Amino acid sequence: MIDSLLNALSGLMLAAGCFFMVSGAVGLVRFPDFYTRMHAAGVTDTLATFLIVGALMLLAGWSLALFKLGLILLFIFFTSPTASHALAKAAQHSELRLEQPGRPATAQAGQAARNAAEPALEADTTNTGRD
Amino acid sequence: MLAATVISLLVVMGLALARALLGPTIYDRILAVNVFGTKTVLLIAVICFTVGKPEFLDIALVYALINFVSVVGVLRYFEYRSRMGDTAHD
Repeated sequence: MIDSLLNALSGLMLAAGCFFMVSGAVGLVRFPDFYTRMHAAGVTDTLATFLIVGALMLLAGWSLALFKLGLILLFIFFTSPTASHALAKAAQHSELRLEQPGRPATAQAGQAARNAAEPALEADTTNTGRD
Repeated sequence: MLAATVISLLVVMGLALARALLGPTIYDRILAVNVFGTKTVLLIAVICFTVGKPEFLDIALVYALINFVSVVGVLRYFEYRSRMGDTAHD
């Protein structure tokens, strides 16, 4: 009884994990720019991993495999958001910088704005270009 | 359900590989490689339950460690390179 219940629950979690994983991958391929792609990939990555490894833990029962799966889950749970954060920070420091008011989106756009701007605006934008 | 999970993991890894091949910037490629590595860990874990060999979980654990370190290392490299004045478009 409890065995079939665990099997059904793990099948359900595997199905949900597959759904989130595939939707994240479709977003990774189809979305138009880097930050939207990172949203699709980074958010679904953690949840799909949690669901699939949790389903495997239900299948494993009380054994050494359960402990190892727990270690994998814990590790991915900490490193996946950290990798996403490092990636977003590196992209923000490059010319992929997000567009903000008074802050050029790309290095080329910043140069063009500096060339075209009046002196007042120029004083605003001079120290907001690339570091 | 385990077989279906293996198939969908392979599909997701193929899509991530496609993004890694045609991503316009280096950061798209790093993101796709990160997704690919995480899905590889999951694939090894699911395969070890499909064939019934729990020893394979050690490989998955080591792969998870290597994946994180390699992504952060490559990221550091390109972050410093883009600060030196090169572009992120390779």
